[in-house]
Amino acid sequence: MTGVVARVVLNRGDFTLDIEVAVAPGEVVAVLGPNGAGKSSLLRALCGLAAIDQGQIVIGDVVVDDPARDVFVDPARRRIGFVFQDYRLFPHLSVLDNVAFGPRSAGASGGKARDQARVWIDRFGLTDLAGRRPGEISGGQAQRVALARALAAQPHALLLDEPLAALDIATRQDVRAELRSHLRSFQGPTILVTHDPLDALVLADRVVVLESGRVTQAGTTAQIAQRPATSYVAQVMGLNLLRGQASAGLIALDDGGELHAPDHLLAGPALVAVRPTAISLHAHKPEGSARNVWAGHVTGVQPIGDRVRVTVSGAPSVVVDVTAGAVVELGLVAGSEVWLSTKATELEVYPG
Amino acid sequence: MNKRGRSRSTPPWPVAIPAIIALAFLVLPVLGLLIRAPWGRLIELLTSRTSLDALRLSLVTALSATVISIAIGLPLAWLLARAEFPGRRFARALVTVPLVLPPVVGGIALLLAFGRRGMVGQYLDSCCGITLPFSTPGVVVAETFVAMPFLIITVEGALRGLDTRLEDAAATLGASKWAVFRRVTLPLIGPSLIAGGVLTFARALGEFGATITFAGNLPGVTQTLPLAVYMGLEGDPDQAIALSLVLLLVSIAVLVGLRDRWLRTGVAS
Repeated sequence: MTGVVARVVLNRGDFTLDIEVAVAPGEVVAVLGPNGAGKSSLLRALCGLAAIDQGQIVIGDVVVDDPARDVFVDPARRRIGFVFQDYRLFPHLSVLDNVAFGPRSAGASGGKARDQARVWIDRFGLTDLAGRRPGEISGGQAQRVALARALAAQPHALLLDEPLAALDIATRQDVRAELRSHLRSFQGPTILVTHDPLDALVLADRVVVLESGRVTQAGTTAQIAQRPATSYVAQVMGLNLLRGQASAGLIALDDGGELHAPDHLLAGPALVAVRPTAISLHAHKPEGSARNVWAGHVTGVQPIGDRVRVTVSGAPSVVVDVTAGAVVELGLVAGSEVWLSTKATELEVYPG
Repeated sequence: MNKRGRSRSTPPWPVAIPAIIALAFLVLPVLGLLIRAPWGRLIELLTSRTSLDALRLSLVTALSATVISIAIGLPLAWLLARAEFPGRRFARALVTVPLVLPPVVGGIALLLAFGRRGMVGQYLDSCCGITLPFSTPGVVVAETFVAMPFLIITVEGALRGLDTRLEDAAATLGASKWAVFRRVTLPLIGPSLIAGGVLTFARALGEFGATITFAGNLPGVTQTLPLAVYMGLEGDPDQAIALSLVLLLVSIAVLVGLRDRWLRTGVAS
């Protein structure tokens, strides 16, 4: 098996999706992007629920969609498991018969299909629910049934559309961890689309970032998390992203201001990623070791969990996370004048 | 009348009186039927040769019309709801014509199409020796013509309302189009299919105009219950009333059986 190799071009009025993905067997690739980026359209094209306008989709060694050669294989013959965001369990069938649907469609008799389904039911810890209808189980359980149902059809590839989006936050934690182990044990290529960076980081080996139908960044989860290439990625990863020109250890930022880089290695267009916690706020100009110091004024103060996110306008403008104590101590409100500082070593500087 | 009851929604008399008249107008005839019914001779009347023939014939023809309606009406409903083809909207409108067409006109139209000299009928006659008018199969044709739209409209509405995402899911699990229809679509529209079938059966059972025009009124061959009732009025009114009771009973059974679907949401929803 050679996994999934695809270039998918879909034209939908003003919107064009154009993406290349290659996923090896056993590999999990996350397609991360905001709503409306074309993530679900990509999955629908891969599994054959929509035909591509240009490009080619190869699953295993089989070309399943190639408009130039007039090849289109029906979804039923592609053998691609699909876990839908809304699960789409058959309401008229029991959990067991839902899972047996794939084997049944592959030609197994009723009894044999159920025997195969029971193996998956047991593996997914659904034994006690086998006789229930989908309307009688919880969201987390339905997610498991949907995955078991997809895998029981013995797919050549697995697609997951926002697998955790329909769950409440408390369940999501548990199901994410569980899903990770199930995905690890699947031998084929897996593509999951999500708008939640945590899903991508926890579940995937590699991440492809899709924005407005185009790939804006692709890399390992570590690369994406540390060196975002676009403001969207930086935002979902919770980082400040600044653009500029590097020269002799100094980065002149496009939107004003300059920062000292940790080293002199880079020259030319550069990106700087800074964690909001790596920047300090001061009432007066600090006299410390930090090499990057600049002034700004506060435009927003918003609590996030046990910290407070302060938006500061200056050169450069950044968001800074401080403690609630610091907010009180510095008397931070919208309009406050502040000094900012960060160490050069806290900056992640890379070619942009 | 207490004050609270008054304040809620006591209708003004210009509404209340006509409303009571309307209700009485609808109920009284049925009441009259029940009061005047020859209860003592009921068994005897219903087991007479004419009655039994009409009962048997009505049952056979109405059931046949229902089965045929499902066999060819269900695929048509599927096409109307799902397939893209030119003139689909027009085809949908055509399906409803027999619903509003006076049944007598339907009978004449059937004669012109399937009569011995009709457009299709002449070929049926010359090539296969099939003559539909004035035969039991002719009754089935007439009943199917007037009743099938009920099945098509009910099932088409259900298919339109059905979530196609489940059918997509079935396809990704390897189910062929036929398997998707059989194992997902059909079970999900099952209740509507049954409702449509019952409505079709009830309509076929009560069919009068098209039947008498196209198939005539031959006892034992084409004389169904409604026809026997009508003929009975001239000879033996008690018999007519007794047979009417049977039809009334069927109507009530249909109402009770479909009260959720038919009374609350209407047939096309």
